[in-house]
Amino acid sequence: MSQGVELRGVTMRFGDFAAVKGVELDIEGGEFFSFLGPSGCGKTTLLRLIAGFNDPTEGQVLIGGKDMRGIGPNGRPTAMIFQNLALFPLMKVWENIAFGLEVRGVSKAERRKRAEALLELIALPGQGDKQVSELSGGQKQRVAIARALAVEPQVLLLDEPLSALDLKLRQHMRQELREIQRRTGVTFIYITHDQGEALTMSDRVGVMSAGRLQQVADPQTIYEQPATPFVAGFVGENNRLLGRIGRVEGGAAVLDSAIGPLRGRLGGDLAVGAPAALFVRPERLGVQPASGTPGQGGHIPATIVSRAYEGAFLHLTAEAAGGTVLTVHLANSAGLPDLQPGAAVALIYRPEDAIILPAEAAA
Amino acid sequence: MTALYRRYGPGLTGLILALTGFWIIFLVTLPQLDMVDYSFRPNLSMSERGGPNDVYTLQNYATLADNAIHRAIFLKTIWASALVTLTTLIVCYPIAYHLAQGTTRRQAALLMLLLLIPFWINEILRTFAWWILLAYAGPLNNMLVALGLIERPIRFLSGDGGVIVGMVYAYILFMVMPIYNAIESLDRNQIEAARDLGASPWRIHWRVVIPHAKPGIAVGCIMTFMLAAGSYAVPALLGSPGSRWFTQIIYSWFFEGGNWNQGSAYAFILLLLCIGFIFGVMRLARIGLADIAK
Ligand SMILES: Nc1ncnc2c1ncn2[C@@H]1O[C@H](COP(=O)(O)OP(=O)(O)OP(=O)(O)O)[C@@H](O)[C@H]1O
Ligand SMILES: [Mg+2]
Repeated sequence: MSQGVELRGVTMRFGDFAAVKGVELDIEGGEFFSFLGPSGCGKTTLLRLIAGFNDPTEGQVLIGGKDMRGIGPNGRPTAMIFQNLALFPLMKVWENIAFGLEVRGVSKAERRKRAEALLELIALPGQGDKQVSELSGGQKQRVAIARALAVEPQVLLLDEPLSALDLKLRQHMRQELREIQRRTGVTFIYITHDQGEALTMSDRVGVMSAGRLQQVADPQTIYEQPATPFVAGFVGENNRLLGRIGRVEGGAAVLDSAIGPLRGRLGGDLAVGAPAALFVRPERLGVQPASGTPGQGGHIPATIVSRAYEGAFLHLTAEAAGGTVLTVHLANSAGLPDLQPGAAVALIYRPEDAIILPAEAAA
Repeated sequence: MTALYRRYGPGLTGLILALTGFWIIFLVTLPQLDMVDYSFRPNLSMSERGGPNDVYTLQNYATLADNAIHRAIFLKTIWASALVTLTTLIVCYPIAYHLAQGTTRRQAALLMLLLLIPFWINEILRTFAWWILLAYAGPLNNMLVALGLIERPIRFLSGDGGVIVGMVYAYILFMVMPIYNAIESLDRNQIEAARDLGASPWRIHWRVVIPHAKPGIAVGCIMTFMLAAGSYAVPALLGSPGSRWFTQIIYSWFFEGGNWNQGSAYAFILLLLCIGFIFGVMRLARIGLADIAK
């Protein structure tokens, strides 16, 4: 089993500006771990701290239980795949792959053999004598992976490696990466700002915002039980309704909002009267005629503003009392209701599909 | 050409072409051809010109082969220029690398300015400055003696050492600039990727940076070699009388010996040497003219 990575109170400052703030995390050996966050939240900075291009201002990076401070990238059991791949354009494909072995003094014949085996692994057998410029985007991608795997790293660090590829290829490479990870058992630390990528590929996801780790969990938990309003809003689409806690009943609560009382699960430590937000996903909202009687569940009177038909889904935008705009995705399964802009409706949801979180103090 | 035409119209395009043509034909090509013609004729007095003795001959070129002193100076010029080129390369590569990859933009701009400022001063004056520095009773000798590193002042000048130092200094920019430009275009991630794969700094330079910078290095070497081989002021100031340069012999054929034919032949030999060097370097670096033009 490969080595894991531990981050102990890792903070990285550039001058006065802290790009990474107090990150505390255990990544297990052989895990596929993704960091997910918007642009500029400190993902690359964190990855470079693990790779050894920088040492953190505060805290420790441990790999395989060993403190890595003072050890440069060439001394760490990690290999990095750069956002732009950074293949060596003046070397042949096989020389690229074997560069790490060349550095380690492996004989040419042996290098060639190992490169060929890796070309096999990435499904490019016999292409070692090509120039890098002769490869397609996806092939370059795979060569970069082979080059990193050639040094038999314990931890592979990937900085948005698929962002330059088109959608089809990206989806294909997702599977391929996951497959290579399973076969090699190497710990993968993967960076992306694409939530679909993070959710489909990872064992666990760490969501970052402004240098802080917001939540670490498996993909399903991240989506179903966001720990903070940031996670709720960033991962997947979400409708947000603001208010104050009106009543707390065990794991559930009622939010007093401009629309009226709204029920939902309680997702944090909240006392009555505290400012809070209720999140409910567009696909968990249903539509009823306005005349229907409010049942036990959530009930939001609203007016349809626009509709967009997208084949599998019907996207609706509706405006509720107080001007709050909500999005609804209706699956195109059984007879879609005939809803035109201007129609008065009630949006309904099951209380267990909504989550109430502390309102973001500042963000 | 068509781009030029579209941009400036027929009148202006015609004028530009005419001026360029005039310049190339009358100011570059014809004088050179005249020199070639000169170099193959014997040096005759006015009255003999056009007479029976005015025939084409290789005699002027043969002079170099026959004259041991001139031959020695010619060979010295070759190896000393090569040495200047190599020394300049060794001095300039780290500077260029640091400028291109090792600093922030602001620092690089500042360093570049510091490199440029001395070149606002005329080359002769800068060479004189070295003459003062290296003089027998100059500051360098005084300092070395005062520090007790040497017992008696060293005669730096009037030998090849002073000339080489002076030339390295004089041609630094011609080496730094092309190499800087080449290294500047190298993606920094490639250096980091090599480092991440375990490469030592030496190997990173050898396998990644230098291959990338090769055209720039070749251009820098060619320029430095040509300037060194063709330099007159530096050897005249820092080398005389101990170190003579081939240019000085050419000069004396023209202006002291009054033998333009002989001078032309020597000048052409120097030109051929430089052209040979260019092709040698291009072959060594496996680059084409197009790479250099970049
Ligand atoms: N060397 C540096 N000096 C100063 N500031 C830096 C440096 N590197 C990164 N930063 C800053 O740190 C913050 C985080 O940068 P980082 O590159 O880690 O973001 P990221 O999450 O990878 O973003 P993206 O998704 O756009 O790649 C940014 O505000 C950036 O300006
Ligand atoms: Mg980044």
